[in-house]
Amino acid sequence: MSAILQGGVASTALSPFKTTDSNKLVTAPSRSSLSVRSRSDWSKSFGSRLIARRSQPPLIPNAVATKKTDNAESSTSSKSGHELLLFEALQEGLEEEMDRDPHVCVMGEDVGHYGGSYKVTKGLADKFGDLRVLDTPICENAFTGMGIGAAMTGLRPVIEGMNMGFLLLAFNQISNNCGMLHYTSGGQFTIPVVIRGPGGVGRQLGAEHSQRLESYFQSIPGIQMVACSTPYNAKGLMKAAIRSENPVILFEHVLLYNLKESIPDEEYICNLEEAEMVRPGEHITILTYSRMRYHVMQAAKTLVNKGYDPEVIDIRSLKPFDLYTIGNSVKKTHRVLIVEECMRTGGIGASLTAAINENFHDYLDAPVMCLSSQDVPTPYAGTLEEWTVVQPAQIVTAVEQLCQ
Amino acid sequence: MATAFSPTIPLHENRTSLPATRLVPPPPSSAFLGSTRSLPIRRLNHALAARRSPVVAVQEIVKEKKPTNSLLITKEEGLVLYEDMILGRSFEDMCAQMYYRGKMFGFVHLYNGQEAVSTGFIKLLTQSDSVVSTYRDHVHALSKGVSARAVMSELFGKVTGCCRGQGGSMHMFSKEHNVLGGFAFIGEGIPVATGAAFTSKYKREVLKQDCDDVTVAFFGDGTCNNGQFYECLNMAALYKLPIIFVVENNLWAIGMSHLRSTSDPEIWKKGPAFGMPGVHVDGMDVLKVREVAKEAVTRARRGEGPTLVECETYRFRGHSLADPDELRDAAEKAKYAARDPITALKKYLIENKLANEAELKSIEKKIDELVEEAVEFADASPQPGRSQLLENVFADPKGFGIGPDGRYRCEDPKFTEGTAQV
Repeated sequence: MSAILQGGVASTALSPFKTTDSNKLVTAPSRSSLSVRSRSDWSKSFGSRLIARRSQPPLIPNAVATKKTDNAESSTSSKSGHELLLFEALQEGLEEEMDRDPHVCVMGEDVGHYGGSYKVTKGLADKFGDLRVLDTPICENAFTGMGIGAAMTGLRPVIEGMNMGFLLLAFNQISNNCGMLHYTSGGQFTIPVVIRGPGGVGRQLGAEHSQRLESYFQSIPGIQMVACSTPYNAKGLMKAAIRSENPVILFEHVLLYNLKESIPDEEYICNLEEAEMVRPGEHITILTYSRMRYHVMQAAKTLVNKGYDPEVIDIRSLKPFDLYTIGNSVKKTHRVLIVEECMRTGGIGASLTAAINENFHDYLDAPVMCLSSQDVPTPYAGTLEEWTVVQPAQIVTAVEQLCQ
Repeated sequence: MATAFSPTIPLHENRTSLPATRLVPPPPSSAFLGSTRSLPIRRLNHALAARRSPVVAVQEIVKEKKPTNSLLITKEEGLVLYEDMILGRSFEDMCAQMYYRGKMFGFVHLYNGQEAVSTGFIKLLTQSDSVVSTYRDHVHALSKGVSARAVMSELFGKVTGCCRGQGGSMHMFSKEHNVLGGFAFIGEGIPVATGAAFTSKYKREVLKQDCDDVTVAFFGDGTCNNGQFYECLNMAALYKLPIIFVVENNLWAIGMSHLRSTSDPEIWKKGPAFGMPGVHVDGMDVLKVREVAKEAVTRARRGEGPTLVECETYRFRGHSLADPDELRDAAEKAKYAARDPITALKKYLIENKLANEAELKSIEKKIDELVEEAVEFADASPQPGRSQLLENVFADPKGFGIGPDGRYRCEDPKFTEGTAQV
């Protein structure tokens, strides 16, 4: 993945967090007050922590040289691509779809004049007007429902949750109406909404801003869930989600918005139901999504140097699972490790473990191992927060254990 | 405005004809806050309300019109209204019969007594206008134009139902007639209605289409304590959406009296708080409702924004067919039964020589036959087969994902049989 290789030899999987300039960063807004765009050197301080962590002996730099795969999706095949950050990729995808279809509109808090808390909708209100990029009051349940009603009557809203956690307030509408109305109306009404927003554990954002809602939403029948992890698949999934007739929940991650990658100039979409092969291998299948992909790739470097050959798959589609890609991998390696940021209990990993056991039990040489976040409200303190989330060292240990 | 103990509702009498009396608070030791006994009434301060709500004085206009002998409706309109209300009443009575005969199940909420609200509003709408309701939605669907056959079949859970048997009593939907449901949780439909109104505005202003569709959202007094209601009042007024919020205040939310659950029971007052007119109307009188509705719908079509209309009405039956309805006062029931909207309209039509007994009787007979035929149709219709199980979960069935064999689940031949592993 060029996103990881960016920045040369010394960069690690976490280097995508560097930005072109610190001014581009916006601190995560708190729920209680109007967010202030702070031009802090947040990135600089983070960068220094990053360097401290990266003290490892010189390793084979292109250990994670990916994909001689035919999977054209994750390769930047076109020579004349353009480089951008993940949030810009999302914006590009959104803007292209809004240009293409006048029924596509955006609703959310601060998406219009403010440009979005993570700048995904920056400039769109100027271009498309205040009604197409609607600044809503703070009423998640009602504006999500409003988006659903608009979708039922012909529009294609993209509903933004300023932080995914805020969508807990919209659970009523997402569960009852978004997921179920197509069925209870006997197929009469379609609800082509996209519900998107940043979630996941950030940098000391506190428990309520660090939630992973994919586990709560996964049981709702009638919705699809996807998680983007690179600028390439962010744009592709955004476009695919908007074009889909199904309600799609697109999970973004707070820490991945500044990933830089070169993406094709020509138009493309990613398949909503397919997983992405990140690194083919032979010894073990590592299934992951969103931010943990980068922890896995960082661990993969260590693993390769230790002689292992992990196959890394970014499952991307959290609901439904792409059992074909996953199955083929399991049949090849016979060992599975799931690395996720979701909680241990009832998370995506738990469902995936069940699905793999059910479908591919005969092909497994070892029990499926799942590394998830601790069942702990994410603490504010940096050290504690680090321990709640899966770190590359744990991944290395787990692989070694599984491959004994 | 609030006194130490403030229910100020003149709910039981025609407020315009009684003298003002001071409100006497019950003794503090009274355990029953918001008693269901008739409260001493107080004349509403119309002047204050009128400054903010230009529509509130409609009832007075209605009353004034009568002496000058200009009627509110023509004969044709009168017969349409009458037929619609008779259809609502007969249908609901038949539902009760069918329920007790074991033809329909679950929660069934009947609309007897409230017909004036549904008929008064919905008969003014066009096909492209939208209606959003709650679980008490059979009559809203019927008034909007969904055939009695489709509604009855849906209640019986048959394939020919308006939602293919998948929705049931509480989820009546019709794309053709723009009935956007049918919701089981109260308040849940109000944001959906707001969204439909938003689409109407969007079509007009962004897509530059000629669209003046309005949305009417029906819900009850209990819903008016729910957050979604207020959130939507705010957004509707803010964006000036073409929506009418119709509160069917039948004073009871299952067994919870409106007075016991609401700090300020006058719901119409909550409109001006959000910057829209709030109107109170006698919901047992279809002509009064219709006059208010005309004004509200015209406002919305002109792009002037939402209106909140509180209709004082009553349900003659229990909350649902499972409700023993023991809590409500017999005297209260009797009082409202005397104000039966159908009887009132019949009286009006006959007194004003708009129709005679024979014509009205023939309408009743026609409706009886229609409802009987709907039952026969529903009885004869087939139940859904297994193949229907997985069909409408996703609009795009690729949403079930890719199976281990590399094919989409929906491509599995068993998918259409309803037996595929998904």
